[in-house]
Amino acid sequence: MFLDPANFRHPAFRAGMADAFKVAPGIWAWGLMTGVSMVQAGLGPAMSSWMTLLVYGGSAQLAVTPLLAAGTPVWVVLATAFCVNLRFAVFSLHLRGYMMAWPRWQRLAIGYLIADLNYVQFVQYHPHPASDAAGQRAEMAYLSGNCFLTWLGWQVASVLGIVLASQIPLSWGLGFAGVLALVGILCSLASSRMRTVSLVVSGAAAVAAYALPLRLNILVAIAAAVAMCLMIEKTTGMNKVST
Amino acid sequence: MIDVVQLLTLLGLAAMTVLTRCFFFILNRELPFPAWAQRGLQYAPIAALAAVVVPEVLVTQGQLISSWLDARLLAAAAGVAYYAYRHGQGQAVLGTIVVGMAVYLPLHIGLGW
Repeated sequence: MFLDPANFRHPAFRAGMADAFKVAPGIWAWGLMTGVSMVQAGLGPAMSSWMTLLVYGGSAQLAVTPLLAAGTPVWVVLATAFCVNLRFAVFSLHLRGYMMAWPRWQRLAIGYLIADLNYVQFVQYHPHPASDAAGQRAEMAYLSGNCFLTWLGWQVASVLGIVLASQIPLSWGLGFAGVLALVGILCSLASSRMRTVSLVVSGAAAVAAYALPLRLNILVAIAAAVAMCLMIEKTTGMNKVST
Repeated sequence: MIDVVQLLTLLGLAAMTVLTRCFFFILNRELPFPAWAQRGLQYAPIAALAAVVVPEVLVTQGQLISSWLDARLLAAAAGVAYYAYRHGQGQAVLGTIVVGMAVYLPLHIGLGW
């Protein structure tokens, strides 16, 4: 975590912050508009501030904001947040190889802070988990710096949005910058033809199943895309054997 | 101020953040993982992100957008085009955001798309 001197005094901490800075404007605009939209949806400044500080997840916050404002049962709110956050569980499986070198409380502390952009930048900067202690420290320092800058920028922008809620019309649509940041991240993940297939299948399935409750369309889309890619792999592999 | 129920709801939501972001590295023991799931893993992260992002661009009011003249669609297309033009080099993601917003804001605020 970024509170540990062994991380924030490490040179990789700055490298992590520098990378996070490259995509920071999208995070700031997204945080600002998340703050604005929570207040304008009627959650009130106190609830909105606590939500930003505790929940720390833009897409989940935006998804549950109308539910909270409408007094939806708590289990529906939690299940919706879980489905919207499902992508993080997928990322966490990939991150397991890096994380198991650390004690559990450190894994949970840093894991809480790993948002989309942090995950992608981290695995691009460190494509393979280090096997020695120095390499693992460098990984943790990079991740701490990367997550710290994102977290700080998000919180400041969100609180600013909450304070300025009456001055910034939602209709300007500044929050779309956050979607564009994720579009850029999607482009950087689409590094092979099969991954592009996965993107297209998942996107199409998520739109087609949009009417499902609890944002279950996200679960359906992931399952459809992975199943389709494995089937294509198998068919093309079998073709190779038969010809 | 917020009441106890609201606070507990927010703590529950925070727990969802921790649970999902740490999902597969909470437990210490090795997880049994079949070979097909291992192979599926290389396609899962992009699918998981696409499932959230694509509807943000293509769905409005719960419906698929019905016109090509949509500020979000054109802005996202411009962002992707910029990314492809830069081959993902340098500040490509930042460029995607800037180019996308440069297309989005005039269309959205100016023309009301």
